[in-house]
Amino acid sequence: MNINILKPKKENLTNYIVLGGFFIFIALLDLLTNVFFNWNFTGFLPAKFSYFTPLIFGTLGLYLIRIEFSGNKLLDKINVNFNSSNFNAILTLLVTFALIKFVPPLLNWFIFDANFLGNTKEDCTGSGACWVFVKVWLNRFVYGMYPDAEQWRINTAFFILFMAVGASFFASTKYKKYLIIFLLFIYPIIGFKLISGGDFGLKFVETGAWGGLSLTFIVSAFSLILCFPVGMLLALGRRSNLPAIRYTSIGFIELWRGVPLITVLFMSAVMFPMFLPDGTYVDKLIRVLIAITLFEAAYMAEVIRGGLQALPKGQYEAAKSLGMGYWRMHFLIILPQALKLVIPGIANTFLALVKDTPLIFVVGLLELAGMVNLAKTNPKWLGMAMEGYVFAGLVFWVICYSMSRYSQNLEKKLSTER
Amino acid sequence: MNFKNFKIDLSNKKKDLIPQVLTVLLIILAVVYFSINAQNNMGNRGISFGFGFLSQESSFDITFSLIDYDGSDSYARAFLVGLLNTILVSAIGIFFATILGVTVGIARLSQNYLIAKAATWYVEIFRNIPLILQIFFWYFAALRALPLTVDSINFYDISFLNVKGWYVPKFIWTNFSLFFYSLIAAFILLFFVSKYAKKQRDEIGKHLPMLPISLAILIGLPFLTFLIGGVSLSFQIPELNQLSKTVYVYRGGVSIIPELISLALALSMYTATFIAENVRAGILGINKGQKEAAASIGLTKGQILKLIIMPQALRIIIPPTTNQYLNLTKNSSLAAAIAYPDIVLVFAGTALMQTGRAIEIISITMLTYLTLSLSISVFMNWYNTKMAIKEK
Repeated sequence: MNINILKPKKENLTNYIVLGGFFIFIALLDLLTNVFFNWNFTGFLPAKFSYFTPLIFGTLGLYLIRIEFSGNKLLDKINVNFNSSNFNAILTLLVTFALIKFVPPLLNWFIFDANFLGNTKEDCTGSGACWVFVKVWLNRFVYGMYPDAEQWRINTAFFILFMAVGASFFASTKYKKYLIIFLLFIYPIIGFKLISGGDFGLKFVETGAWGGLSLTFIVSAFSLILCFPVGMLLALGRRSNLPAIRYTSIGFIELWRGVPLITVLFMSAVMFPMFLPDGTYVDKLIRVLIAITLFEAAYMAEVIRGGLQALPKGQYEAAKSLGMGYWRMHFLIILPQALKLVIPGIANTFLALVKDTPLIFVVGLLELAGMVNLAKTNPKWLGMAMEGYVFAGLVFWVICYSMSRYSQNLEKKLSTER
Repeated sequence: MNFKNFKIDLSNKKKDLIPQVLTVLLIILAVVYFSINAQNNMGNRGISFGFGFLSQESSFDITFSLIDYDGSDSYARAFLVGLLNTILVSAIGIFFATILGVTVGIARLSQNYLIAKAATWYVEIFRNIPLILQIFFWYFAALRALPLTVDSINFYDISFLNVKGWYVPKFIWTNFSLFFYSLIAAFILLFFVSKYAKKQRDEIGKHLPMLPISLAILIGLPFLTFLIGGVSLSFQIPELNQLSKTVYVYRGGVSIIPELISLALALSMYTATFIAENVRAGILGINKGQKEAAASIGLTKGQILKLIIMPQALRIIIPPTTNQYLNLTKNSSLAAAIAYPDIVLVFAGTALMQTGRAIEIISITMLTYLTLSLSISVFMNWYNTKMAIKEK
């Protein structure tokens, strides 16, 4: 039998598969024994060489089984997807090794060695994460310093919001209009009154006590609702024929887009009060909401402008030829089409807004990330930073990831309609 | 007839004029109202508007500075320290974000299933977690888990990583200026040589081996200064000193503070996800025929990417990537959250607390960021026009 070991061929398929498989097996065995039993059976080799043995054996093995059009479907699939060249083979091996090396310890920290039971830091005896910390502080992470007895108000406010949003998805067009008007104009007032209280026998809760995840939602929801109309006006202003309005809009948009949000928040905290008559006090949360709204409106304006520019000129001309005025043309013809075009952009702006909310810590408001910061400095819970940030990161990730998935779906759905 | 037309014209102009005048009036009113209030408020606090405070003694210390600075220097110098620190972290961030972003972007399109999936998950994970949380994570959780000074992680006995930061060797130059000028001279020379090479190629079709030539110029000229110019370079390696029984410090070398490390890490890993998406979109935006045509004339995969795909894809990639660079620069202001002494922390934080000059300081800070943003966008626009299709 004439096997040229350096040129794997289809004729001796089984031989090569057996030989290659053997090398890959040795490579994996070397690594696995090393990772899980702390025993290096190639240890008798020089240290530098022994370190690379899995990679060398693995590359060799993958080289030997790289046979094009072998006729074996599984082998072909493996070769195309993981093993198309030496370079790809090495990459495949490196990724596999990294997974084997890092995933089990991570899982151990996360789940298998983690502590879930108990109420104090002393209950965390395992070597993994101390989820007791998150469990004990969960209430604070969600509601901040909001009084326990009044938390049903936050729940109710969000319940109404979700019901209204849910209903507006399923309602027929006739009722949808009213639901959207309710959501945009009436709900903000109801929600704000419900949470802040002071009337109707509800206890007044000052905004300094609001916090946690619910504050994240409140800030994002209010800013989104408010920045939309402002951004729309700015976008129209930037495309206006009237120089004074155009330049004002350009200046306004570029000013906000050129500075970081943190300086805008600083401005709302220390500079804004200087511009108001002596003795007037505007609530901290409201100042922050105004700051974030103006900031995001500038970004929203640029997104909407993109949509306006993408519309063919014929749409404007057709609307004008029907005798429509500026506002009627924009609200009935132009904007509905333009907004539909830029749904991904709007979703991105909203995602950015949600991810920006933790910054309100600079004015002393603590949403989820801020509460984690506070909790980890509690003398009873020192050294819990990792758990806290991983939890907060996970929550934000779930929110942002599902939103981006939703917007992608929406985009797909609308693009097939066109 | 004429008269009628004139009338319509006039009314149209009036219609245009009213909203404009109203807007301008509104702005003027707001400005006047706010400045009267500001004047009253400042009068009540006994301060007057002005930038004279910049030359006063700052009397606070800054933990990390690229230039000499101590408490006896002026506020203007403190501002400069903060600005340089902002530029430093942005430059580091942009550098690594670009490398990582391009790599991940290309990896997402890899034929290798594992690589493509790994890159996709990298993007999905790091893009969807707020940047500030990532900074907190690196600073308060990951870097705090590093060993203490006494058992630092040792990199070949020249650089040490521990919970206090990363200690690397310091370059000690003699006659550094000569070396620096020789570098500049090398770049200028290189510019002319490459121009000459291009001319040769266009006119007589002669290919000069540009890679060895440019390497020779770039390495040879500065190296000459070592031989004859009296330039020398030595390294100061950080050394472990024992202060008392339990207190150890590293002396000598350069210490890179953990604030800078965590900020640069978080900024580049976060921004890299967006750059990766831009790169991917750019490569996908190239017509498939280009790839097939390149393959059919026998170019290798690497050559196709380098010579055919990338030059075209760059035109799609550059504009959104510029935006990401701008975002990174602006996001570096989150430094204030972990006490990295950037412009926001030093100037809009400490200096503002001490002087109470909110309006001046916040406006200077905002103007600085506006200038930074504008200069990056001007540079990238210039680069973009250079890369754009040149139609003859």
